[in-house]
Amino acid sequence: MATYLCPDCGYRYDEAKGDAHEGYPPATKFADLPEDFVCPDCSVRAKVDFIDESDSESK
Amino acid sequence: MKTFVVQDPSKGQIVYQDRKRYLWLASLFYPMAAFSGIALYLTFGSEAWLVTPLVMTYGGASFFDWWFGEDKHNPPEEIVPALEDDTYYRWLPLLTVPMHIVVLLVMAAFVGTHDLSIPALAIVALSAGLVSGLGINTAHELGHKKTKFERWMARIVLAVPAYGHFCVEHNRGHHRHVATPNDPASSRLGENIYRFAMREIPGCFKRGWAVEAERLQRLGKSAWHYENEVLQSYALTAVFQIALIVAFGWIMLPFLAIHNFFAWWQLTSANYIEHYGLLRKQNANGSFEHCQPWHSWNADYFASNMLLYQLERHSDHHAHPTRRYQSLRSFPNLPTLPNGYFGMYLVALIPPLWYFVMDKRLLALPHINGDLSLVNIDPARRTEMLERYGSSAPLQAA
Repeated sequence: MATYLCPDCGYRYDEAKGDAHEGYPPATKFADLPEDFVCPDCSVRAKVDFIDESDSESK
Repeated sequence: MKTFVVQDPSKGQIVYQDRKRYLWLASLFYPMAAFSGIALYLTFGSEAWLVTPLVMTYGGASFFDWWFGEDKHNPPEEIVPALEDDTYYRWLPLLTVPMHIVVLLVMAAFVGTHDLSIPALAIVALSAGLVSGLGINTAHELGHKKTKFERWMARIVLAVPAYGHFCVEHNRGHHRHVATPNDPASSRLGENIYRFAMREIPGCFKRGWAVEAERLQRLGKSAWHYENEVLQSYALTAVFQIALIVAFGWIMLPFLAIHNFFAWWQLTSANYIEHYGLLRKQNANGSFEHCQPWHSWNADYFASNMLLYQLERHSDHHAHPTRRYQSLRSFPNLPTLPNGYFGMYLVALIPPLWYFVMDKRLLALPHINGDLSLVNIDPARRTEMLERYGSSAPLQAA
């Protein structure tokens, strides 16, 4: 289960937790989020902008 | 005054005092300006005094914006986390929520208990609406924040001007699509405020409802479920406004109708002036570039910013929407309005004057430099705009 970070506002999408308010149940993969997903907090960064934190940790 | 001290690895110790700290109380207490007309009327007896809040806000704030001019000071970036965590700043917009409820209640009680002429009733309703328009600004500041409590308070204050869809629409619709042809809340070159209002008011309502219905659908719930955040706010509006009608009679119907409309008009005015003609570039895949500071008209005027929780530092707000009011920044070379919001609201009421003041400023922006392909143009007036401005050589910056 990976986490993905909004590069503008710091919102973190945790696959293990999902996002209950937005309607993404726990264990929803980031890849399975809708293609038009935008950051639920700031709305100014899209799915493609999110940073895969497991990537950055392994580098 | 509170002193912020931060140890920075490269810059050493940074000591900072925010000289606007207590001036932000103006944003909390300004709604009470609505009482000024009533107080003068009760003292001197003439209904003409009731116009005071309108003159004070549109005229007074515009005058003081001209008089005091701009304030471009930014807090040091290293201090911003401490500034944002300071609960004092958080409490001010939260306390502004009950302020708006009390102001509407007092204004309604005044109308309900005094025998006013029809023009006087309209003026009091406009004054109340003006202040409840500031309530949309309070909701705007709170609705962008991440805590559930602040978002709930935003919904509560939106119930005062009966604009419950605003936060959902603004955050998920307007911010996402700002300065693109698809955004009903971004005005276009050649579009006057009246035509804009006809597009903006219904367009934003539909988009706000659609965004919330889509979220509820993902949750497997009906759009009419009680968790619908738009409906929650509108339900509160129904409670407030029906209670006023029960308490003060049918006179509340015209009062509330004018009040609600004029509060909406404040938002329409703000939306109209905030992005006029500005356009984000489209990427090859059809998406738009990220919103940059030059995709909003900015206004650093000291006086009106103190009444609006610095909403007019709009460039930084759109580039970084979750930043709190006390830490919004001014940047050099931004698209800049020639007066604060209230002065520009007046200019917008007279379309030829608006075009005269704004079109040349728009076309002279460094990132546009007379290139109309970089401008958001009203499709109904595209040919006319191209004929009027298209033949000119790239303009020199004003």
